[in-house]
Amino acid sequence: MSTNNNIAQARKLVEQLRIEAGIERIKVKQYFSSLFFPLLVSKAAADLMSYCDQHARSDPLLVGVPTSENPFKDKKPCIIL
Amino acid sequence: MAAEKAEMDALKKECDALRTQIEAARKAANDGSMSAAAGGVASVGRVQLKLRKNLKGHLAKIYAMHWSADSRSMVSASQDGKLLVWDTFTGNKLVAVPLKSAWVMSVDFAPSGNLVASGGLDNICTVYNIKAASPKTLRELDAHTGYLSCCRFLSDSEILTASGDTTCCLWDLETGKQKIIFTNHIGDCMSLALSPDMNYFISGACDSLAKLWDVREGACKQTFSGHTSDINAIAFFPSGNAVITGSDDCSCKMYDLRADQEVLDYTDSSLNAGVTSLALSNSGRLIFAGYDDFNCHIWDSLKGEKVGVLSGHDNRVSCTGVPEDGMGVCTGSWDSFLKLWN
Repeated sequence: MSTNNNIAQARKLVEQLRIEAGIERIKVKQYFSSLFFPLLVSKAAADLMSYCDQHARSDPLLVGVPTSENPFKDKKPCIIL
Repeated sequence: MAAEKAEMDALKKECDALRTQIEAARKAANDGSMSAAAGGVASVGRVQLKLRKNLKGHLAKIYAMHWSADSRSMVSASQDGKLLVWDTFTGNKLVAVPLKSAWVMSVDFAPSGNLVASGGLDNICTVYNIKAASPKTLRELDAHTGYLSCCRFLSDSEILTASGDTTCCLWDLETGKQKIIFTNHIGDCMSLALSPDMNYFISGACDSLAKLWDVREGACKQTFSGHTSDINAIAFFPSGNAVITGSDDCSCKMYDLRADQEVLDYTDSSLNAGVTSLALSNSGRLIFAGYDDFNCHIWDSLKGEKVGVLSGHDNRVSCTGVPEDGMGVCTGSWDSFLKLWN
């Protein structure tokens, strides 16, 4: 009874690990080409750095938001003391 | 008896062999560290953002918030039993949605802006139409056997949920029924994030694991380990190739999906508080992470260094969000306030 449960669980675990190890392909379409999986960390890092670099200029939190264009700034008139 | 034991032994042997194979493949791909690779990248310097708005309205702890796709409206959820929809440009409250159950843990805005969803200890994900004359309950998605920790709309007709019952689920909003149940975690699911192309999602759970799922197939494609406690927050890097997690173990981590492993760890010996929430700036370079120490700390995602802090809340920062146009960051806290910074 409980042995059957354990076997069923073990079988499920093996099936899951086979997916993650890339042995069993359920569909032909792959998320990543199996030839390059896993990808070298150096290549992965280079891609991430490149993405950040390409998008840095259009990242308002990195480059800053000019006061005149700041949507969150309180639009109160200035008081000259 | 003997046959069953033999099968168990064989299965266990295969498990061990597969785990070894996965680890060996990861090790072979680990040809250098991310922080070493980013050594030549220019530093972002000290990131000092100013408090622009302090939104008062909730009467109890805020547990969740989410920006609308228009980068102007935002919805927040509090255990005062209300969802509030705010106009962040003026600070005005646009809509108040009274909740059947005050024990809310998650809230989301549909991309169309027509619907919001929330859920919590009631185990139910309730979807509301906020464009009606007064907020109308559209659907009550009731099938989880544990608390609703996170909900994310794919569109006005589909929503993903994560639950304390250890499963995630894809629902059809037209029928109110479950389409796919994602099972594999062995601990409460605490958070989920959709990939930019919406074909995949990533979940973080109390089993300290992050899992990548195919939305349509229902299969768990990859599992990422490394954290030593509950993963409370998870987000995709904007390119879709990496994932950032935040945990009760006081650290955040970056996992690269194609390298199939952890590539960076965001820890600081002076930070001894759990991570509750996180959001990335539009380029992916800055990570805004909310902590139990009442602050939102800012990390350089490439170099793994702390580059700033958003201080001002009087209690735990429970939620963080950056709008689609990247113009600011919103923090929500147990102190009942939401703050906008840029």
